[in-house]
Amino acid sequence: MTAAPMRVVAAMSGGVDSAVAAARAVDAGHDVTGVHLALSRNPRSYRSGARGCCSIEDSNDARRAADALGIPFYVWDMSEEFADTVVDDFVAEYTAGRTPNPCLRCNEKIKFAAVLDRALALGFDAVATGHYARLETGPDGRVQMHRAEDHGKDQSYVLGVLTQEQLRHSLFPLGDTTKDVVRAEAERRGLQVARKPDSHDICFIADGDNAGWLTEKLGPKPGSIVDEDGAIVGEHEGAYAFTIGQRRGLRLGVPAADGKPRFVLDIEPVSGTVTVGPRESLTVDVLDCVKPLWCASPPADGEYTVQLRAHGEEHAARVGIVDETVRVELIDPAAGIAPGQACVIYDGTRVIGSATIDRTSRLAHR
Amino acid sequence: MTDQPVVYLDHAATTPMWPEAIDVMTTELARLGNASSLHASGRAARRVVEESRELIAERLGARPSEVVFCSGGTEANNLAIKGLYWARQALDPSRRRVVFSSIEHHALLDPVTWLAKHEGAEIAMTPVDRTGRIEVEALRAAVESDPSTVAAVTTMWANNEMGTIQPVDEVVRIAREHGVPVHSDAVQAAGYVPLDFAASELDAMTVTAHKLGGPVGVGALVIKREHDPVALLHGGGQERDIRSGTIGVALIASFATALDLTVQRQAETSARIESLRGRLVEGVRRVVPDAIVNGDPEPGPSHRLPNIAHVTFPGCEGDAMLMLLDAQGVECSTGSACAAGVPQPSHVLLAMGFDETAARGSLRFSLGHTSTEAEVDRLIEVLPAVHERARKAAGVRGVS
Repeated sequence: MTAAPMRVVAAMSGGVDSAVAAARAVDAGHDVTGVHLALSRNPRSYRSGARGCCSIEDSNDARRAADALGIPFYVWDMSEEFADTVVDDFVAEYTAGRTPNPCLRCNEKIKFAAVLDRALALGFDAVATGHYARLETGPDGRVQMHRAEDHGKDQSYVLGVLTQEQLRHSLFPLGDTTKDVVRAEAERRGLQVARKPDSHDICFIADGDNAGWLTEKLGPKPGSIVDEDGAIVGEHEGAYAFTIGQRRGLRLGVPAADGKPRFVLDIEPVSGTVTVGPRESLTVDVLDCVKPLWCASPPADGEYTVQLRAHGEEHAARVGIVDETVRVELIDPAAGIAPGQACVIYDGTRVIGSATIDRTSRLAHR
Repeated sequence: MTDQPVVYLDHAATTPMWPEAIDVMTTELARLGNASSLHASGRAARRVVEESRELIAERLGARPSEVVFCSGGTEANNLAIKGLYWARQALDPSRRRVVFSSIEHHALLDPVTWLAKHEGAEIAMTPVDRTGRIEVEALRAAVESDPSTVAAVTTMWANNEMGTIQPVDEVVRIAREHGVPVHSDAVQAAGYVPLDFAASELDAMTVTAHKLGGPVGVGALVIKREHDPVALLHGGGQERDIRSGTIGVALIASFATALDLTVQRQAETSARIESLRGRLVEGVRRVVPDAIVNGDPEPGPSHRLPNIAHVTFPGCEGDAMLMLLDAQGVECSTGSACAAGVPQPSHVLLAMGFDETAARGSLRFSLGHTSTEAEVDRLIEVLPAVHERARKAAGVRGVS
């Protein structure tokens, strides 16, 4: 980004990453205002489990970090937008038998949309976050997003939904650093959150029990668990509690003929039928994806790498674009890929864009 | 952000301490002695407390024995409403109803709803009109539907968001016909309109020091001797055994000094502030013609406080305006409660019949004894640009 000082909103979750990101934005000479996003309608007083962004304690941690940096601090209520676009979408996707990633959705619709739009309208120039990703200006003058230096912490996957316009108003001050360095820097700066544990899981599901949360939200909807031949091997209380590739918690009444573990292969949302089978049946090599979002412009057909889940591995793939759909052929098959997941496409370390997996299949000749 | 001095337009949240009150407080902090001790130091400390109590009582039209010191408005309100409820119930278990208004401060609303949730109280909430004044006939109907079951009636003296003054005298008249005690939260009114506890015929009244130039952390429940509210805090038996806890001599002395000065200067200060408020309202309307000034437009001690101007800016979000004004060194309030720092639409505006969008698009500007014309003028100077930006931001969010 440009070196000229800007008016920057630092989105501060109350965690160590966003606190150090805000500190670095201050150091870079920007005029920084700390903003904590209130995403929950009924914030809990204290953190429970490993989550870290929605409790009053997190809000206070963010406030104290802003105090330490000497920047103004406000709480922006985004709970309505969050409930409408992230939580409702999460529920709808699971109801439809897909596996959504709410963090991507939040980045796409809240942090770099509702928050960014509000910030720009209020006279700010950019939003800074503690995401681990690198931004560079390419030879064509466009902003490129790359994987972070710290590949273990890299979060470019959950940012793969950002468009050029959004990237032009984004700052990721941690992209060139590692988590260890960030923690040490937080200590050195006297930030109380220096040793605060990382957040995992989905922020609005306090205990990390997605299945339990969905069951509470949607109520029981019993159905059958069948094998690949259609024979009933178990019952369940709601198909939305399952994800493709899941092995644990199936509680099958009938053991597999070969005695090997079985995995969820398919979820049929209307009947609620969950199909299970051996690991081999999980592998797919064709991903038909929809709703592409490009960081700059659509790529030429060719060989790229793709990432299919947060912190997932890279797969070499041939990518072809037909109208608004993206066909991804994996060079080596992958297992446990669920519709609803995002496929983020990379050229080396550079993010090209993302699309939502709509259908998976296996090439006929294999 | 700016080299301008801070423009403080949030005196209803808290107002600067009088220098005299700071002097008294720092002097008294150096004093040795627990006011409950029997030796000379203890007696000297106790003397300061009792002289303060006498001064406060005199300035509020009360008797010294009616002044119960506590930590402030929230505690005094809790003590009044819970203490009276329990005491009245102990005498007659059928007294289970609490009659209150929909625009009370949370420091009263929440103890009332707590009584309903945990102690079996039945609550009767009195509605308000469009200016934020309670509808006395509705209150009368609530009381008279079954007077013998009413434990207590409570109505604030002046609303903290609108400044609308409540018809406390009429409420007292209705309640007295049925022998029901009346409490009034006068936290926001004290210092801006004359208060006379005896003349009001109230049974109990809440005041706090920091709204009238005293320190945060001390206030009083003024309560008639004939009432024996059940204590919230049990311990050493201080303050008529209604409020145990070591007596805060320095806080109380400073409270007395502040209240004394405020009451002595009240007429003059209120007149000056009323004229500043006029300048503010006129300026706001000039630069934002569609701004709506809420509450009772009439000045005077039976209409509204002289120091509060509550304004709705259609198509804007109050918290965005607050942030932009803050960046210019102009400090005000959205006048609403905060949970986790999240601005909620004000229950007062909702009770007055505003919708949530209008309730979110409002700001409270409140003046005080240090306010100046220059401060008001600075607000009017920065307001147009702030308003334009906030309107744009609300448009992005689909608020209009």
